[in-house]
Amino acid sequence: MSTSTLTPEPPGLLRGGGGRRADPIFRGVLILAASSVLLILAAMIFRTTWEAWPVFAKEGLIGFVTGEQWSVGTSRSEVTGTYGAWPFIYGTFKISLLAIVMAVPLSIGIALFTNEVAPTWLRRPLGYTVDTLAMVPSIVYALVGMYFFRIYVWAPVGRLIADGPLGAIPFFSGPVLLSSYWSAANILAIMILPIITAICRDVFAQVPKDDTAAAYAMGATRWEVMSKVIVPGSFSGIVGGTMLGLGRALGETLAVAVLIGSSQRWAPRLFFGGDAMPAVIANTFADAHPEAIWALLAIGVTLFAFTMIVNVAARLIVARASGRMGGGAIV
Amino acid sequence: MTVDTQTPPTRPSEPRSLREVTARSRRRENLSRLMALVLFVALLAAIVPLVSLLAAVIYNGAPAIGWDFFTQIEPLSYRERGGGYAHGIVGTLYMTGVAALLSVPLGIAAAIYLSENPRGRYAHVVRFFTDVMTGVPSVFVGLAVYALLVSGSGGLGLGFGTLAGACALAIIMLPIVVRSSEEMLRLVPPDLRAASAGLGARQWQTALRVTLPAAAPGLTTGAILAVARGAGETAPLIMTALGARQIITSFTGAPQADVGLLMLDGFRQPFAPGIERAWGGGFALIAIVLVLSIVARTIARRSQI
Repeated sequence: MSTSTLTPEPPGLLRGGGGRRADPIFRGVLILAASSVLLILAAMIFRTTWEAWPVFAKEGLIGFVTGEQWSVGTSRSEVTGTYGAWPFIYGTFKISLLAIVMAVPLSIGIALFTNEVAPTWLRRPLGYTVDTLAMVPSIVYALVGMYFFRIYVWAPVGRLIADGPLGAIPFFSGPVLLSSYWSAANILAIMILPIITAICRDVFAQVPKDDTAAAYAMGATRWEVMSKVIVPGSFSGIVGGTMLGLGRALGETLAVAVLIGSSQRWAPRLFFGGDAMPAVIANTFADAHPEAIWALLAIGVTLFAFTMIVNVAARLIVARASGRMGGGAIV
Repeated sequence: MTVDTQTPPTRPSEPRSLREVTARSRRRENLSRLMALVLFVALLAAIVPLVSLLAAVIYNGAPAIGWDFFTQIEPLSYRERGGGYAHGIVGTLYMTGVAALLSVPLGIAAAIYLSENPRGRYAHVVRFFTDVMTGVPSVFVGLAVYALLVSGSGGLGLGFGTLAGACALAIIMLPIVVRSSEEMLRLVPPDLRAASAGLGARQWQTALRVTLPAAAPGLTTGAILAVARGAGETAPLIMTALGARQIITSFTGAPQADVGLLMLDGFRQPFAPGIERAWGGGFALIAIVLVLSIVARTIARRSQI
């Protein structure tokens, strides 16, 4: 008699004790994968801040943010230039806020039309159409903005504004440049429209049907239901979506780099050519000396800090507004 | 006490029925109609730019697209006609492909973790920072990958090239893959998992052989959308791929070309042939991205878990 018949292989799933260790290993791999997101984020923050530190150390955090002169040194080992990023920070926030002012009312309108007014069969295609705007690459916006929109749309409209009664206000005064805060803000507005619309559609759809049905039953018109039930009920969601759009606008690079004018100066005027943080990075990186790269990294870190604050706030507001993010998280 | 049942009740000043049309209700209804029109105009404000953008790209880009565009590299001078973006197309596909290989398995693994622990504290943290990561400016990702991988002082010193560009794209794609995959994995009915566990399958067997196949179409959709996003990204490649004027096949060590970078160089020169090729590049990019998104949506609609 052989021993194998006395101690038979355990049948089926229990075969081979090695399987016992498979689950902990599997779980370990999953945790590692999930942690990779945090690790990558931490590594990116740490390395860029480390590299940019000499620039921050020389200018001081306040000096870097408020300084108005940006003259790049050519050293390989120490910081010799003057680095004041205020014109770029000013430009970034100016065009982003202008884009928000233009895009948010439109997004709310589009979301209301798609969710409430349009016939049911049209809603899905309309959603796709607006989402398509989000799929268009930034570089294509840059190209079309440079050779089509700014020449045939934005500059003429800008001239109408500057020559009209509004032109008396210094902010709207001419001359209207082709590449200006105005052009950059316009392209940004188009680019952030889809994400704000997606979030608005999400939160509008989550307004309880009972509320809207009750309003209709009381004899409210469609507009009254939209303006007095749906929009107030999703106010915090709209705020969150707006902040997400703002975060996107702050970091948008190539379309802005091509359209804002790249002038290193700033002025509180709409049709003036200035510069923005991501645009400076993209435009000057290829010809930068080591020292200039540290300075660009410092701009990058500042930009990251601003977008981080805006994004974290936005995510908290949106998460509170809608419990769980739907498709808007992906746009 | 007597109740008067003979005289009719006095007519209330307000309308008795909603059906009764008064001046005020007509005004409210007209306002509602007017506002529907205003909302429609808002919709047009999104559709008109989209249509004019597509029209401009097709009108200007289609003439530049031809066999040469995909098989020839750009001539050395932007003044010269002819040539194409073969090197850029190779570079874009190469980097996007490597980025997909890096980010899709990693992202799906992270998504499995999140969907297996929907309420876990750590999963919550990861989910939150993944959402935050979708909003990190792509140009910052480029700078960070430059500092981490490309730069020799403090970084790994890999130099500009395919791998650095692919890593930057992978970092941009990763959060998209994680979040879309998690949504899809959560749609898998819990019954399936319970049945698998009831048959004695281990956690990894359930996850890999039951949950993943059930969610496969959705996962594919998310991956394709992430690839579409990565293929159109140009800003981080300025600091990582740098750009090249010929077809580059090496994985590291040589700067790599990209359609977006070639466009950026081309359309900022004042020479018509270079600008024309840039429009062609824009046409190609939009075509790739739109085809990918249509494929992704078709798969998504076919699969109803």
